[in-house]
Amino acid sequence: MMPFAFQRATALADAFAAAANRGRYVAGGTTLVDLMREGVETPERLVDINALPLHEIRLRPDHLEIGALARMAQVAANADVMRLYPAISQALLLSASAQLRNMASMGGNLLQRTRCPYFRDVTSACNKREPGSGCPARDGVNRLHAILGTSEHCVATHASDVAVALVALDASVRIASPEGERRIPLEQFYRVPGDTPHIEHVLRPGELIVAIEVPAGPHTEQSTYVKVRDRQSYEFAVTSAAVALAVDDGRILDARVAAGGVATVPWRMRHVEAALIGQPLSASTFRAAARLSVEGAVPLTFNAFKIELLPRTLVRALETLETLAVPAL
Amino acid sequence: MSRLIGEPLPRVDAPLKVTGRATYAAEHRLPDLAHAVIISAAVGKGRILEIDSRRALGEPGVLAVISHLNTARLPYRPHKGWIDPTVGERLHVLQDDFVRHWGQPVAVVVAETLEQAEHASHLVGIRYEAEAPSFTVPDGESIEPQGGYPANYSRGDADQALATAEHRVDCTYLIPRENHNPIEPHATIAQWDGQRLTVWDKTQFPTNVAEELAAVFGLERANVHLICPFVGGAFGTSLRTWPHTTLAALAARHVGRPVKLVLTRKQMYFGTGYRPETWQRVRLGAHSTGELTALKHEGIAETSRYEHYIEGLLNAPRFMYSCPHVTTSYRLVPQDVHTPTYMRAPGAASGMFALECAMDELAHELRIDPVELRLRNEPKIDESRNVPFSSRSLVQCLRTGAERIRWHRRRAEPGALREGHWLVGLGVASATYHTLRNTASARVRLRPDGTAVIETAAADMGPGTYTSLTQIACDELGLPPEKVQVVIGDSNLPRVPPHGGSQTLSSVGSAVLAACLAARSARQERAHSGAIAGSEIVATETSQPGDATKRYSMHAFGAVFAEVMVDVDLGIVRLAHMVGVYAAGRIVNPRLAHSQAIGGMVGGVGMALLEETHIDRRDGRITNANLAEYLVPTNADIPVFDAVFLDEHDPHVNPLGVKGIGELSYVGVAAAIANAVFNATGKRIRDLPITLEKLL
Ligand SMILES: Cc1cc2nc3c(=O)[nH]c(=O)nc-3n(C[C@H](O)[C@H](O)[C@H](O)COP(=O)(O)OP(=O)(O)OC[C@H]3O[C@@H](n4cnc5c(N)ncnc54)[C@H](O)[C@@H]3O)c2cc1C
Repeated sequence: MMPFAFQRATALADAFAAAANRGRYVAGGTTLVDLMREGVETPERLVDINALPLHEIRLRPDHLEIGALARMAQVAANADVMRLYPAISQALLLSASAQLRNMASMGGNLLQRTRCPYFRDVTSACNKREPGSGCPARDGVNRLHAILGTSEHCVATHASDVAVALVALDASVRIASPEGERRIPLEQFYRVPGDTPHIEHVLRPGELIVAIEVPAGPHTEQSTYVKVRDRQSYEFAVTSAAVALAVDDGRILDARVAAGGVATVPWRMRHVEAALIGQPLSASTFRAAARLSVEGAVPLTFNAFKIELLPRTLVRALETLETLAVPAL
Repeated sequence: MSRLIGEPLPRVDAPLKVTGRATYAAEHRLPDLAHAVIISAAVGKGRILEIDSRRALGEPGVLAVISHLNTARLPYRPHKGWIDPTVGERLHVLQDDFVRHWGQPVAVVVAETLEQAEHASHLVGIRYEAEAPSFTVPDGESIEPQGGYPANYSRGDADQALATAEHRVDCTYLIPRENHNPIEPHATIAQWDGQRLTVWDKTQFPTNVAEELAAVFGLERANVHLICPFVGGAFGTSLRTWPHTTLAALAARHVGRPVKLVLTRKQMYFGTGYRPETWQRVRLGAHSTGELTALKHEGIAETSRYEHYIEGLLNAPRFMYSCPHVTTSYRLVPQDVHTPTYMRAPGAASGMFALECAMDELAHELRIDPVELRLRNEPKIDESRNVPFSSRSLVQCLRTGAERIRWHRRRAEPGALREGHWLVGLGVASATYHTLRNTASARVRLRPDGTAVIETAAADMGPGTYTSLTQIACDELGLPPEKVQVVIGDSNLPRVPPHGGSQTLSSVGSAVLAACLAARSARQERAHSGAIAGSEIVATETSQPGDATKRYSMHAFGAVFAEVMVDVDLGIVRLAHMVGVYAAGRIVNPRLAHSQAIGGMVGGVGMALLEETHIDRRDGRITNANLAEYLVPTNADIPVFDAVFLDEHDPHVNPLGVKGIGELSYVGVAAAIANAVFNATGKRIRDLPITLEKLL
């Protein structure tokens, strides 16, 4: 690991000043420190932001506000989140391990970088790490890589689970800088790789995520997160789905659908939602809509099975909600 | 008069371990210790053109960058440890500019602190001339392995019998490379004092480390001392002495200070061995009543270009079942890789996966219950050697297991049991592992204060050697466990075989027994002669296997039953229940035996469902060399296992009547699970691991 300076920020102004001086924020450090030890990230200065007052989870009249420094474990176990936004709680509980969830922050989670092994190995080419060097994953070990949102330059999957749930539920991030605050829908926060895979999001240097906001709505309570993986704990998604439905009298009034493990960014699927809205709650509705999820998917050597698995994952998530929506008599 | 043997004595070393006072290899504190970090080759084959150390050497704290450019040629006197392949020669580190495999150590950075050494290691500029490594299992040019397990075996005429068989199955099975992944990383601390070398090194074979270092550095054997009281899991990965041990000693000599070298998790996938990738084809011929008429089992495994690693891949098929016509053929394909090594149940775990899956395929073909098929093929003797088994309780294991898992629930037709979106299936496989015993020595000191010390150069990687040797000594000496101290893990103690092959209790235990007997009679003699009490009684004994191995075939047997659930839409396999029934002679400590058995079963679950070392065949890079992406089972994957040992009396194997259990429990698990998956889904998955895409 490269030598680096370390300082603590106790107020936003300190954090901004340190960031302006080539500082890099560190919250839980669960992924940044890993990448530093691999030589993938090489910050000269770390700015510990854990003393900033950004830990709270608050239920506002029209939205849920999650402080950027709230821990994954804390959000997952929050009673309001569990009751009103179950998909968020479930996505977090299905992430990483208990130890990591205790340490890791929500802001850090949104900014975690891909698990693509070629990205994480500095002896390998990688367009994300070294623009123009090439993408060995395209023809390499790529079972866990993306089928959606890829380009010839990058096929790396976005790794966060909770970001998938948040994108489905129309969350925004509040971002602060010395110039003030701005709010960006999470869906627009991430950038697909295109020919600039090294640019992953719209955060400008020194900007700080202060909070995540998730709007209220009739659908959020009927939300769920399904994660498919090889072992039952401590593994990233092979495929995942976050879905939410507002249902009245057996008919779908509103729907939210996003997928994980399959795309270069958390993948919102409005065309699938459109195919659900107005339809009766039924297996055939689910299957027809889910089939649309893989339109335009581009498989690689070892991940073509995701074209089959993703629709099935969506159907499973929708079925889970169906059982909730129609209480057994 | 046995009092402790057979009792579930808790581990005698447990308090040290749980309070952090057990010192592992990297934990010994020495003054003036420097830290070394290995730089691993970033090409899979080729030559080193340039090593530029200038930037690294300019960093604070950096003491040296050692490579073939600035280190002496080491003597590397001929040395074949027990566990070294008979054909080939170990990798000589930092002796030339050749890169033979991805990750080969090409330089070592030594600094005052670990952080400084790590940082400087990133600043060393190395240029290579790279070639494409070749990975050609199974089709590449193969060789007939020499010096151990036979390349070719046959009795009768298997081809002819297959041609005329009423029923046949012919299946091919693939097992990928697997890595051991113990929690304790390999680590070495080396300290020189003139021509004397002391090393604290993680090992399962203390005397071999000392012998190998003596050979490599051209030292007197007596001048090398290895200390390793505790091992944090190994599964075979610490049987051989790997390059990093030499590198630590080399670095210490280079900087003239003691040096610590710990492999990173990633480096554990390059610097040490692994279970080799295998390809197997099994052909069975049988009568419609189930009796086998022909068995032809071929196996091909990877090895390195510089050593021929061989294991007992095809041992079991030769004696497991009664069959008049049997052929086995074993081949190696050398590749541009480092040498594979023994991994828990080496050979047996892989070979029995293929054989036991093929038996299940045959059972299905014949419409005979898989348990019944095995019972119908129970041999009376070891037909490969024409000698009786010293004991064999496979039939009892199968019957007991069937009862415990409630086998009667199983439907012959696959896919017949369903709960919601889960398909439920039951599967069975037999298990076997050979009973080894080799010459071992032990010393007993009876102290005037009434306590005893047992000394032997054994190791305890987790099975409980400290405890079981304590039990043996207590019973022989008539002492309570508090009065007996077992000292192991030191190359200056009496010699024993490697702590592998499930032979420690049979070999070392027999030596401890003999030494205790000798000490007891010395004590009696002294009492009779009226000599002055007050001085220590010391007895050293060497215990050798007799000729019983010539007269008997010695193996432990077991039966594994798995109940799995397969998600009908998503292909996910979940283990619902597993029963392992074993007969392994006398069980010295049921608590430890149970722990060994469930540990082995968990390992088998990993083999069946999760484990695979991913190699990018373009350059030899391993892409999942970490514990997040090389998947082993988590607690959430493992239901409560039912592991039982049947009573078995075997007077022939060794004076204690014990058989090995550590590896037995790994065998058969993958086959039982694969067979259960077939029963659940009707899909035969013949290439491990059974990942969800194979079941969609
Ligand atoms: C073995 C392992 C398994 C994992 N499994 C999963 C999984 O299954 N699912 C999953 O979703 N995640 C998983 N993770 C990822 C884990 O969730 C992230 O490591 C964690 O959420 C990161 O949070 P942190 O606070 O530790 O971030 P840090 O490591 O502190 O920071 C990460 C990045 O975010 C930046 N940053 C942090 N906070 C802010 C802020 N407020 N504003 C601006 N920038 C900021 C940092 O500068 C850095 O670039 C796993 C991680 C590991 C190591």
